[in-house]
Amino acid sequence: MAEYITQAEIISNGRTAVVDDTILVTGMPATAGSKALENFKPLFDAEAVARLKANGYVISGKANVGEFALDILGETSYYGAVTDADGCLAGAASSLVAAGKADCALCLDVNGAPRRAAALSETVFIKPTYGTVSRHGAIPCVCSAEQIGVAARSVAHAADTLGVIAGFDQKDGTCIHESACYHITNAEGLRVFTADELGSQKKAEDALTAAGARIRRGSFAIAEAVRSAWHVLLCAEVCNNLSRYDGVKYGYRAPVYTNIDELYTNSRSQTLGITAKSMILYGSDVLSKDRYTQCYEKALRIRRLAHETLTKLFSEYDVFLLPACSVPSYKNGSLELLYRESLFTAPASITGFPAVALRGVQLIAAPLMETKALTAAAVLEGVI
Amino acid sequence: MAFEIVIGLEVHAELATRSKIFCSCSSERGAEQNRSVCPACAGMPGMLPVINRKVIDLAMTAGMLLNCQINRVISFDKKNYYYPDLPNAYQITQWFSPICRDGFINIDTQDEPRKIGIKQIHMEEDAGKLIHDSVTGTSLVDFNRTSVPLIEIVSQPDLRSAGEVTAYLHRLRALLRYGGISQARWEEGSIRCDVNISVRREGADEKSVRTEMKNMNSLSAIERAIEYESTRHIEAIEYGTERLIQETRGWDDAQGCSFSMRHKETAADYRYFPDPNLMPIRIDENWIKRIQSALPETPELRAGRYIQAYALSKPDCELLVSSPAIADLFEAVAEKTGLPRETAAWIISDLFRIARRLKTNLDDISISSEKFADLIIMVANNEINRAAGRKALDMLFEHGTDPRDFARDNNLAINKDTGDMEQVVRQILRDHADIVSDYVGGRVKARQALVGAVMRALKGKGDPAIVNHILDDAIAKLPSE
Repeated sequence: MAEYITQAEIISNGRTAVVDDTILVTGMPATAGSKALENFKPLFDAEAVARLKANGYVISGKANVGEFALDILGETSYYGAVTDADGCLAGAASSLVAAGKADCALCLDVNGAPRRAAALSETVFIKPTYGTVSRHGAIPCVCSAEQIGVAARSVAHAADTLGVIAGFDQKDGTCIHESACYHITNAEGLRVFTADELGSQKKAEDALTAAGARIRRGSFAIAEAVRSAWHVLLCAEVCNNLSRYDGVKYGYRAPVYTNIDELYTNSRSQTLGITAKSMILYGSDVLSKDRYTQCYEKALRIRRLAHETLTKLFSEYDVFLLPACSVPSYKNGSLELLYRESLFTAPASITGFPAVALRGVQLIAAPLMETKALTAAAVLEGVI
Repeated sequence: MAFEIVIGLEVHAELATRSKIFCSCSSERGAEQNRSVCPACAGMPGMLPVINRKVIDLAMTAGMLLNCQINRVISFDKKNYYYPDLPNAYQITQWFSPICRDGFINIDTQDEPRKIGIKQIHMEEDAGKLIHDSVTGTSLVDFNRTSVPLIEIVSQPDLRSAGEVTAYLHRLRALLRYGGISQARWEEGSIRCDVNISVRREGADEKSVRTEMKNMNSLSAIERAIEYESTRHIEAIEYGTERLIQETRGWDDAQGCSFSMRHKETAADYRYFPDPNLMPIRIDENWIKRIQSALPETPELRAGRYIQAYALSKPDCELLVSSPAIADLFEAVAEKTGLPRETAAWIISDLFRIARRLKTNLDDISISSEKFADLIIMVANNEINRAAGRKALDMLFEHGTDPRDFARDNNLAINKDTGDMEQVVRQILRDHADIVSDYVGGRVKARQALVGAVMRALKGKGDPAIVNHILDDAIAKLPSE
């Protein structure tokens, strides 16, 4: 029985949120870390932002992201990467949350960057089930997979804020009517799966065992195939979605051109960075007439296989425990490293299953079973 | 050696929805430039497409009227290409699984009725419009038309002549209008046509070269273009005037010739892939039934009904059903007058003539069926003559004038006072003694001149039957010389 609160009565609930720069907030620029959207001012709030505002959150600002949130930790941002005192890359949104500059952050999880950022800082990030949080107002990149998630200093707080932004929205045709539960319960009897192919998570396994969970090792043999397929889908959609930044309507336009082709070529050459450009080239190749069947269509089949494999796995387990990344810190990013690291983030990305990342690990659960991943995460945050 | 012309058509029809296909902007024409635009149809990031279900209803209606199979799962795909009038740099269309397949349209040609296959119908969004300013050398974009819903109706290459193409397009357009699917107006571009044409020696199995003519927007231009293009192909094959290549050609109607636009071999690869933002939609039995139960009577059935019920000729019925507005008017007026044949004649010879003179589209004719019926009755009852009736129809068409008021104000009521008429006839016979003697002397045609003179003297109000009778009487009574 929620009490009815009129707009005028809504005052801050004391919580502040930063919003990463791939998500639109009226009155604040939205660059997606790209020169292509330099000075772009959105005309409306993202649905998730509108819901935060309606629930008394104060949007304290925007956080830098890598160009279109495609990279490891923001290193490809046109506006400069965020690094810590040791010169290591750090996600801007999670750094602000970790430093207490905001209580939580909304981040668009396109290629796993917010999960990596949380795992490498003292924060938690939850990427919810695909379709449970509206993507209305998220700058589109990989529409079939990306989701707005929440970064916070505690699992409980992330879960709480996710509850505020989640729920059906008719402005997003992929939104589902079913809702997930974000309660943190007892980890006693939780069935946890770990994969041989992805390495051991000793500390996390011990902590979960101590809390009464049962850990089983098994095989996730399709890990590498999933990564390859993910890159095909990722690049194809990046190629498609970034085409609209053509210098005609808004954003950056090259100062010199003699015809429309040059306007396109010059504007896009002068704005997009090497990571985005590489993905666009690869994406336009996999979608081409000659390669569609052997690349794109095959990737869609692997996506289906990944879905079936994980669905079967979750008929026996509650949570899939795996690393969030392979190294404890990154000084520099590269395309090759990005590809390598997506071995860990691709399974949840390609299937749209929910995942919680913290303290170096990731916990994937079945669709709408966020509560299982949150429960396991709550055990880890107290121990590791 | 005889040649066979092979033609397939791709017709784009703008759907008669109130809003666009993926956003709630108005899709009506006539708005000031860039007024029917929102962040979604202007390609701003962050907006997601949400399907307007009315679009699916109309596409299904079209499929049923064109005897197609309706796919039970609907999906959309992205077609990638750069053009300034395409704000997202991709068009949402149906590439992999069009909503309708395998239909046909029956057409009547001079020789025999023919069945023209429909390969598929798919839904897609329109692009915007570029406006080139030759004074400043700049180009401006108007996004009012972006994301306006279209269906593309792709025929099989079953058409064999410009005449068949015209018959097909007439019938297709009528069906689109009967179904409330599209306004389908050539002049405003709410229907437009790509023509694929090739020529081969009759009976030969040789591979022919196909050219495509894009965005034709008038029936007469399409006919001329087909004549020109087929002649060009035949001359190339028979006399080697040029080497034909597969290409897209434009049509210059002013010059009366086609010209090369781009080669098909180097045409863009559109990189189609399924649009992940639009979830597949399942069409269930109830949906099919709902659309089926609302289908209109087709022009074909209507024409058949007119032939049966009113004993009208087939060509007349075809003309009456060519536009639902006309067919509705015919039925209403025929019912009120009880004179279907006269009604058909008034519509086909008089109403169409006025429409041609005023360049009014038949679909836009809106005159009161009561007043039109009254006019036909007045003429049938000899209250006014046919010529006066035509004038009254002019006034009714252009100004909505009541024919009774018009007849009264202009003193057109037929004069039935025979005393008056006898006097006039006698006067005319006196004034035109030379014509009378011509007539009596055997020049039969001279009689018409006398009738005309009498009618003029009666200011068009003479009842022709009575005038003729009195005239014959008066001539018979003339003293012989």
